[in-house]
Amino acid sequence: MAADSELAQTDLAQPDSAQSHLAHIEAGLDALETSAEPETGRLRNVAASAIPPIVAVVLILAVWQALYAAKLWPDWKLPGPSQVFTSLKDAYRNGDVWPAVWHSIGHGAVGFGASVAIGTPLGLLVGRFKSVRAGIGPILSGLQSLPSVAWVPPALMFFGPTPAMLYTVVLLGAVPSIAVGVVSGLDQVPPLYLRVGRNIGARGLASVRHVLLPAALPGYLAGLRQGWAFAWRSLLASEIIVQSAGLGHSLGFLLKNAQDTNDMAGAFAAIVLILAVGVAVNQLIFVPLERHVLKARGLA
Amino acid sequence: MTATIETAETAETAQAAETAARAALGTAAGTAAVRLSGVGKSFRGGATPVLDGIDLDVAPGEFVCLLGASGCGKSTLLNLVAGLDAPSTGSIEVPSGRAALMFQESALFPWLTAGENIELALRLRGVSGRRERRAEAERLLELVRLRGSHAKRPHQLSGGMRQRVALARALAQGGKVLLMDEPFAALDAITRDVLHEELIRLWESTGLAVLFVTHNVREAVRLGQRVVLLSSRPGRVARQWRVDIPQPRRIEDKDVADLSVEITEHLREEISRHGR
Repeated sequence: MAADSELAQTDLAQPDSAQSHLAHIEAGLDALETSAEPETGRLRNVAASAIPPIVAVVLILAVWQALYAAKLWPDWKLPGPSQVFTSLKDAYRNGDVWPAVWHSIGHGAVGFGASVAIGTPLGLLVGRFKSVRAGIGPILSGLQSLPSVAWVPPALMFFGPTPAMLYTVVLLGAVPSIAVGVVSGLDQVPPLYLRVGRNIGARGLASVRHVLLPAALPGYLAGLRQGWAFAWRSLLASEIIVQSAGLGHSLGFLLKNAQDTNDMAGAFAAIVLILAVGVAVNQLIFVPLERHVLKARGLA
Repeated sequence: MTATIETAETAETAQAAETAARAALGTAAGTAAVRLSGVGKSFRGGATPVLDGIDLDVAPGEFVCLLGASGCGKSTLLNLVAGLDAPSTGSIEVPSGRAALMFQESALFPWLTAGENIELALRLRGVSGRRERRAEAERLLELVRLRGSHAKRPHQLSGGMRQRVALARALAQGGKVLLMDEPFAALDAITRDVLHEELIRLWESTGLAVLFVTHNVREAVRLGQRVVLLSSRPGRVARQWRVDIPQPRRIEDKDVADLSVEITEHLREEISRHGR
């Protein structure tokens, strides 16, 4: 007790030294408790993320080649990888590939963009207002489980074989999924953030802008990714079913054309292209975007 | 160095004690930083109210610790003072405007850097000018000894550092009242000890009134000028103690320990009433 008060007195007598003492302890604690993030080499990272998918593709090709070599089915039923590759190469030489790819990507991008523009505010309405959720929520979930290809016949009857018909099917496929993504993003916002936001003075629109939307961003991005998948599927479904001069040469057209000419290798080649576009958009746009957002928040 | 004790067995005498405390602190009506009068709170479906007849004044610049077992409505009380919820009965006055609130979790927004979290509070308070906000955020970070951490993300900081950023954000709100809801409960003992010292230093230099909720008796005695013990179900002011031990105190001090033993006895008594 006596020693304590003596110590206290010395501290009081030299407040500056006591203060700098505390500052040193704090600096020491901070240094001990913040671990430097391990820096792995960039090259090693790229290699680590590239090797597994390459191995997977090689395995699939090997199984395919083995099935082909076993001659279980005739060539026109199961072509080998090399035949499909040749078919792709021919299509490329004829100049069929890039126009078809860009044509479909163009339609997909416009349809997806429109879906985002409609699905986002719709999701915000459903997520924010209980009555809207009670009314529209179940319809959105139902629409999400409805195969969007079901919309092709009515859209065709209504619009005829035009881009408007494609976009209708894409919208009906992607809007529900994007809206549901927004709703689940909003639902996942920790209530603590909203309380803190209110305490620091974020009310009404300021709360939506500074707290709710940024907090819901990870869920929203996941919704966008799924929305793109739905948009791309819906687009291809309508391209395969409906062909016309007004719709031009798309990836769906390539596939349907291969069927009409009984060209199995050509059909496989078209599927490879459709798959490649889907994987590329995912890996080049959505995955980096999500990784960036999650990493900034310490979630990845 | 003795602690004067005001005992109160029932709500009525607690009220009398509060009146005495008001007189002792010289807080006439209107001069308190926080004034609770007959505050009660019940939630729908709850048999007993969570809070009942709470009378409590916090003088400007006073450090008050609210102590109680689980279920005493400590956090509910802070939410009411912060304006996040409305009392069922009674009234709450915070004449200086809104009170800043800190939680056990730092609750920093993970999509912003440490500095941006502080700047957002400044912006919502109405500090215009990006440059002014930036400069003020830097100053506040320096105040909590986190110079150079402006661009750090919350997840890159330790728990103690996050709480200091949260403290800087609370200071950025510019109020005169700081409400703290077990802000150090999730920290290790060494960090907590250092943050106690840091909090007292900031409290002394800023002149804020602090209402600090904890279930840690030692912490309450280490920090507060006054310790208010709440009973549980319903939460009422059971007793209060003035702590006259001068700062700087340490949690190991004998005076702190002695008073803690005494308060703990009363806390246990309060708890055991529910087991009968």
